[in-house]
Amino acid sequence: MALTTPAAVGPRAAERSVADQLTRGGADWAGIVFQWLLIASLGFSVLVLATLIIDVVGTAAPVFSDRFVDFMTGTLRTRASEAGLYQGLVGSFWICAFVVILAFPLGIGAAIYLEEYAADTRATRFVNVNIRNLAGVPSIVYGILGFTIFTKALRSLTSAGTANGRTVVSAGLTLAILVLPIVIITASEAIRAVPSSLREAGYGVGATRWEVIRSHVLPYAAPGIITGLILSIARALGEAAPLILVGATTGRLASDPSLLDLEQLRERFTALPIIVTEWTKNPQEGFDEIAAAAIVVMLVIVIILNTVAILLRNRYERKRS
Amino acid sequence: MAITLEDLRGDRRRVRTERIVRTLLTAAAGTSVLISALIVFSLARETWTFVTEVEWATVFSSDGWFPRRGEYNIWTLLVGSAIVTTVAMALAIPVGLASAIYLSEYARPRMRKVLKPTLEILAGIPSVVLGFFAISFISPEVVQRFFGATSLFNLMAAGLAVGLLSIPLVASVSEDALRSVPPALREASYGMGARKITTTLRVVVPAAVSGLVAASILAVSRAVGETMVVFIAGGAGGGTLLETSPLEPGLTMTAAMASQATGTDAVVGEALTFQSLFFVGSVLFLITFMLNVVASRFVRRVRQSY
Repeated sequence: MALTTPAAVGPRAAERSVADQLTRGGADWAGIVFQWLLIASLGFSVLVLATLIIDVVGTAAPVFSDRFVDFMTGTLRTRASEAGLYQGLVGSFWICAFVVILAFPLGIGAAIYLEEYAADTRATRFVNVNIRNLAGVPSIVYGILGFTIFTKALRSLTSAGTANGRTVVSAGLTLAILVLPIVIITASEAIRAVPSSLREAGYGVGATRWEVIRSHVLPYAAPGIITGLILSIARALGEAAPLILVGATTGRLASDPSLLDLEQLRERFTALPIIVTEWTKNPQEGFDEIAAAAIVVMLVIVIILNTVAILLRNRYERKRS
Repeated sequence: MAITLEDLRGDRRRVRTERIVRTLLTAAAGTSVLISALIVFSLARETWTFVTEVEWATVFSSDGWFPRRGEYNIWTLLVGSAIVTTVAMALAIPVGLASAIYLSEYARPRMRKVLKPTLEILAGIPSVVLGFFAISFISPEVVQRFFGATSLFNLMAAGLAVGLLSIPLVASVSEDALRSVPPALREASYGMGARKITTTLRVVVPAAVSGLVAASILAVSRAVGETMVVFIAGGAGGGTLLETSPLEPGLTMTAAMASQATGTDAVVGEALTFQSLFFVGSVLFLITFMLNVVASRFVRRVRQSY
């Protein structure tokens, strides 16, 4: 059978005519149904996200409209109408500070070593596999690590007074360890994507390895590395399971220190996700509302962080490809 | 001017900086090994005490998981974890896989640019939030309405919420696998006159199958290790009977550990209660570790073939 092309009616018509003759005029129903199924599953995720946000914001609305400032600056209370988030914000702030101070330099350093210095030996491969496995360890197991090492073994270092090791220091160290593999993996990927011609140019003018890394590799890999750092902060912010084992306070906190008071690091603590858990599990009147309000605060922070990370990555991906 | 060996050795200070930096970076890479050692050490000591001192009858044939009463029926927790994981995977694998196929094979670039970030935002939502969503929406509006569960707290709602958490993971790992299938394979298929659906299902998906299996295994591992959703929405507090219905409250390994740590002010208890937490932790660690090793095997297979 010959394919005829009525070229006179324009290219579109020609295309359609060829397609009709190839498919004998019938539509590809299986293909259409299949494609709609695929779209529906993606649409499902979008729908879930929308439902979740509407559900949470709807429940939280009265708290925000009635006592927004009071809620943000109030402390943990047994009555929902008086309770506030402040201590959780402070706790989460300090936990993130530990992640920034410990996990960032350690993680980036390890990534630089593995990508730029390490030869492809058995030991290097072991370290790489080890890091991938660490990334897959459930967060609650990190909680066991934190409990055994920081809360119990190093109690005298991590706590003051009656805190018994259940302090911000223990929590911060535990979460820094938890996000370390994520930092290493994302930073390694960013460093690996740096073209080797850049390095060779540096070596060509006599720079040492570290000079090349500092002046060429790191600046080029920076957007990718920073994306990973932001994602790991977001992860640390939402992580509750390890904090439960390390001993975050779920009841009232004795002290109510200011944000930057360093004394509190060795005192008992709480954090945003712990507060969310506690209020969600509390069956008394009004706690579902403040739980939802706490979630909105947490989601705003986490979604902003994630969005910045995604935008940063997309921007540089486009620029360089 | 002649160049001597001394000149080639370079500036003293620069050489020293180089050596210091190298040592620091090596130490940084070494910490990851130290962390693994610490994890194993933390788990091993108390687990060993538990394993050597427990009466094994209480682990395999008691009525349920009641650590404070000395009943450590591990099957209770394994069955709970299996229920939650099965429900989660029944949701996450088909939806995640279909999303990946659409993103990799069908979506136009502009569509991709909108949909992919949506999945990434969903991936970034903390699990405590999904725990809240499970009891405020999924359980009353879906599980109780359509499956007739009597308790607001049940393993099915928890499982569905864990499934939602796992969709982005399945989707992104699967999409990577599908996109690494060389375009030549698709073109060959089109060249033979195959339709898009045939090309996708008969050529692209089989070519990427190891990656898709890896995605599923990783998702299982993630679901088994998920704590907060089940801790919030699973319902059973200090202990539970061996329960096989997904519509009843229950405990997974992770939720049992979390509720044991919160039951009183610290992780304490009589006899082996304290040690049982570490025993469950070890079982959980071994299961997820094996799953991750198997998954990385499959991932490597994808890399090798293309």
